[in-house]
Amino acid sequence: MALPLNRQVLEMKPSGIRKYFDIIQGMEGAISLGVGEPDFDTPWHIRDEGIYALEKGRTHYTSNAGLMELKQEICAYLQRTQQIPYTPDQVFVTVGGSEAIDLCVRAMLNPGDEVLIPQPSYVSYEPCVVWAQGKAVIIELKEEHEFRLQPEQMLEKITDRTRLLVLPYPNNPTGAIMTREDLEPIAKICVEKDIYVLSDEIYGELTYDSKHVSIASLPGMRERTIIASGFSKAFAMTGWRLGYAVGPAAIVEQMLKVHQYAIMCAPTMSQYAGIEALRNGEADVNEMREEFNRRRRFLLHSFEEMELPCFTPYGAFYVFPCIKKYGCSSDDFAMRLLEEERLAVVPGTAFGDCGEGFLRISYAYSLDNLKRAMKRLKRFIGKL
Amino acid sequence: MKLRQEILKVLEKNARTEWKELAVLLDAPEEDIRNEVSAMEEEGVICGYHTIINREGTEEEKVSALIEVRVTPQRGMGFDSIAERIYKFPEVDSVYLMSGAYDLMVILTCKNMQEVANFVSMKLSTLESVLSTATHFIMKRYKDHGSVLAKRYEDTRELITP
Repeated sequence: MALPLNRQVLEMKPSGIRKYFDIIQGMEGAISLGVGEPDFDTPWHIRDEGIYALEKGRTHYTSNAGLMELKQEICAYLQRTQQIPYTPDQVFVTVGGSEAIDLCVRAMLNPGDEVLIPQPSYVSYEPCVVWAQGKAVIIELKEEHEFRLQPEQMLEKITDRTRLLVLPYPNNPTGAIMTREDLEPIAKICVEKDIYVLSDEIYGELTYDSKHVSIASLPGMRERTIIASGFSKAFAMTGWRLGYAVGPAAIVEQMLKVHQYAIMCAPTMSQYAGIEALRNGEADVNEMREEFNRRRRFLLHSFEEMELPCFTPYGAFYVFPCIKKYGCSSDDFAMRLLEEERLAVVPGTAFGDCGEGFLRISYAYSLDNLKRAMKRLKRFIGKL
Repeated sequence: MKLRQEILKVLEKNARTEWKELAVLLDAPEEDIRNEVSAMEEEGVICGYHTIINREGTEEEKVSALIEVRVTPQRGMGFDSIAERIYKFPEVDSVYLMSGAYDLMVILTCKNMQEVANFVSMKLSTLESVLSTATHFIMKRYKDHGSVLAKRYEDTRELITP
């Protein structure tokens, strides 16, 4: 008899990075540039607040939506950084930004509703949409556009079933950003065609040339944008599992209903630490951003020296070099690089088929580590 | 001014960063960086480049002590002249003027305890404006100038994550 398993779950292909993980695990002296989280530990004053919360016995549930104090701090933060006036009833605290993404599509989609997903992008959008009975419509971002979403590309894919656009900027895996000028035509289309936006701004603090602009800050967009964000990348708090969703109260309320039944509430001690992060963490964020920026420049310079083409990314902590000139697939390149030079990177295809011909290289590593890795990459390229 | 601060940030962590690398990291011409560093050396903003040594890993034994010194400030000179009398001794690493229960904090490194004792009793205490001293020996250094000694950084992250 067949196992009682959901067909849609069964049919979803597992993440493309698993096999690399299995190989590198048993490998002596391997260097990985494959992680999607900061190398910094959470700043000590934030950790200390978490410890203090435990000490004080803050070990119980909070309200479903999270601590009022934290929600107020999130509102203040969005006012400060994006000049968007949110109120606490438009915010709730989630288990990482990824939960907010899942809840958003679950609360908003009816069977067959279409969601525009620009790729290459984070791995969870497509499965979440499919499991929410929606239809994922992929928009293939192009290197010639610096992986920014083009209004024409969007118009091509819109049908009368299009409900939602996922806007994944600053982008994992490409490091691409969208400026205000880039966002304006997109916003215009959304308003005209009555399309809502799920804006994944988890890397919003990590931009290197200009400040991140949320599409929700554009005219007419606050009432049709759900921001999914969190503390993981900005404050180096990945393990705390702390994020939030912000948006129109009527939508947030329904998302909160799902959260209430599925999760109950985000970890309590993490929430207390989150308050400290938003109140007193700005200097840490600036420090980490500067350090990331120096590494970004170092990698781009190294690529230039070894004549590996790469567009200049201005966000997140990834570079996305193009390996098409070597005439092999991303997967083959990454696999050989791992086997021959014991250097792990992630093939672009892990983030969508249009990632073919690219590699995601993370610079969430110390400069010394990056230097050693670039030596290996250079040697490998020399052999091709 | 911005370049100056950026240079300092990198050099403070690693004084051995090469010119070429500084230029890449800060996205500025090498020439500008050289000039800026020379200017800072000239102006005394950059006062030296030292190596942080964990003595536990060397053959050579050294003893460090922190001495709290109470002194009588001198008319017209404040603490400056007595501080100078003290920092001129080569065994003295650092001299700070402190607020609170004592005036000068003196940190020195000597070959052994006897040498420290000699310094305090023969040289420091005998200075006319020194009223009293309290000597504390440093038993173990955990962190010095921002560097954690003896313990290596360990990357505990999962090796590959999306």
